[in-house]
Amino acid sequence: MMWMVHTVGRFFQKLGGDFLFYLEQAGRMGIFLGACLLSIVRPPFKLGPIVRQMHFIGSRSTFVILFTGSFTGMVLALQGYYTLRKFGSEGLLGAAVALSLLRELGPVIAALMVVGRAGSAICAEVGIMRNSEQIDALECMAIDPYKYLMAPKFVAGILSMPLLTAIFDMAGIVGGYLVGVSMLGVNKGAYFQQMYASVVWNDVKMGLVKSLVFGLLIIWISACKGYFLHLERSGGFGAEGVSRVTTDAVVLSSVAILVWDYLLSAIML
Amino acid sequence: MTQKNTKFAIELIDVERSFGQQQVLKKVNLVVREGTTTVIVGPSGQGKSVILKHMLGLLKPDAGKVLVYGQDMASMSKRQMKEVRKDFGVLFQNVALFDSMTVFDNVALPLRERTDTSETEIRDNVEEKLALMDLAEMGAKYPAQLSGGMKKRVGLARALVMKPRIVFFDEPTTGLDVSKSNEIYRLFHKTQAKLKYSAVIVSHDVPKIFKLADYVALIHDGEILGNMSPEQFQLSDNPVIRAFVEETMGPIYSSEREERFFYEKV
Repeated sequence: MMWMVHTVGRFFQKLGGDFLFYLEQAGRMGIFLGACLLSIVRPPFKLGPIVRQMHFIGSRSTFVILFTGSFTGMVLALQGYYTLRKFGSEGLLGAAVALSLLRELGPVIAALMVVGRAGSAICAEVGIMRNSEQIDALECMAIDPYKYLMAPKFVAGILSMPLLTAIFDMAGIVGGYLVGVSMLGVNKGAYFQQMYASVVWNDVKMGLVKSLVFGLLIIWISACKGYFLHLERSGGFGAEGVSRVTTDAVVLSSVAILVWDYLLSAIML
Repeated sequence: MTQKNTKFAIELIDVERSFGQQQVLKKVNLVVREGTTTVIVGPSGQGKSVILKHMLGLLKPDAGKVLVYGQDMASMSKRQMKEVRKDFGVLFQNVALFDSMTVFDNVALPLRERTDTSETEIRDNVEEKLALMDLAEMGAKYPAQLSGGMKKRVGLARALVMKPRIVFFDEPTTGLDVSKSNEIYRLFHKTQAKLKYSAVIVSHDVPKIFKLADYVALIHDGEILGNMSPEQFQLSDNPVIRAFVEETMGPIYSSEREERFFYEKV
């Protein structure tokens, strides 16, 4: 009987410990976000670091976004064509491709690509800076790490994500055109006419809002995970610690993107 | 080194700090007198770097006060702490240079971020500090292209570029051979004579580090023992200090202790 009491006791002790740990982590992440957003609006304002981060997060992601956008549009056209043909509605292919991309696939897949390319790099960079005392060095030099390190990343992430999503959408529409019109013989006029008739400002707005939120989420989670590397429960130091938090950041960012995608769709539809 | 000043740059009063169940600092009391060099020695894992991090405001004590020029670091806002830290220069154990920046940019960073100084003035100031460290030709190199000793010198140049009132050294010679260590000590002595800063050095390098010290403090079992001149430290009758001195400098027999007093003033 006693062993059962001990086992149940240990279970609740662990449960309580886990709850407190995750509560503390959530609180820390909230304070981190507040401090980063405040640092964006606090002078001095320097354009150089923001441009450098936009180059890293935005420009250097362009190729992968173009590539994945094209293939997403192509597969959408391929699948859409054979489904619509059953109803004799091949002419709606352009509208189907554009709406799928603008509302859902564009922001979500572009964000997942940025998580893999830039989010992981940001987490690892900040984590290594934490490990090698570079963040402590900034604080000791009376340089605010939020202002110096985080603010340019947040601004660049929030500005780059809608632009990358727009590029993804455009590449997808062109990819869909290549497959639908050039390969499968859908009428060129119908492809664009139906798209023009079906897509309204709200569809574009939904994609824009999603991409802004996803941009914020990616930088927030990735930077925060690296910044608090030393407070990880499993011990965050060393190369293994950096690799562990980077994996955590990628997984958490990807999950957060899909959860927020549903929430934003539910709110905006 | 001369013991010339009694004004306190830093005071630690009854500082306590635990990590989980382990109490690392138990009522630590220590003063750093302005314009002097205080060396904190002790075996690894006793909390030397923890004391340093409390002085820098990177850690807050569970109890007690950390006063920097009379202001309590533990009760300061971030803004106030930033002001106090403008008087600090730090040479970290692993130097903490920014790998993606050149040596010049590393040293120029505090000037660019904290002042409105023109690029011409920044260049003059940085070049002067690099020349002081015998690194005049190294400005365009990246930290990864430098030896351990050179990195330490760049770290020292960065620590001194804002003309700080207090400079902290966390194991300044760790990982360096004897000649490189001597080079760091020579530069320390040269720059302190020129810039007149107070220095706090955490080091293992006994007895060499005694040559630089005005005061030596031993951390043992979470408490500070000593904080006295190196001469008094080596002749102390405190059994813990005596055991530490014997362990690090070799056995000293009572009759030889006076004779054993071998080091010379720098």
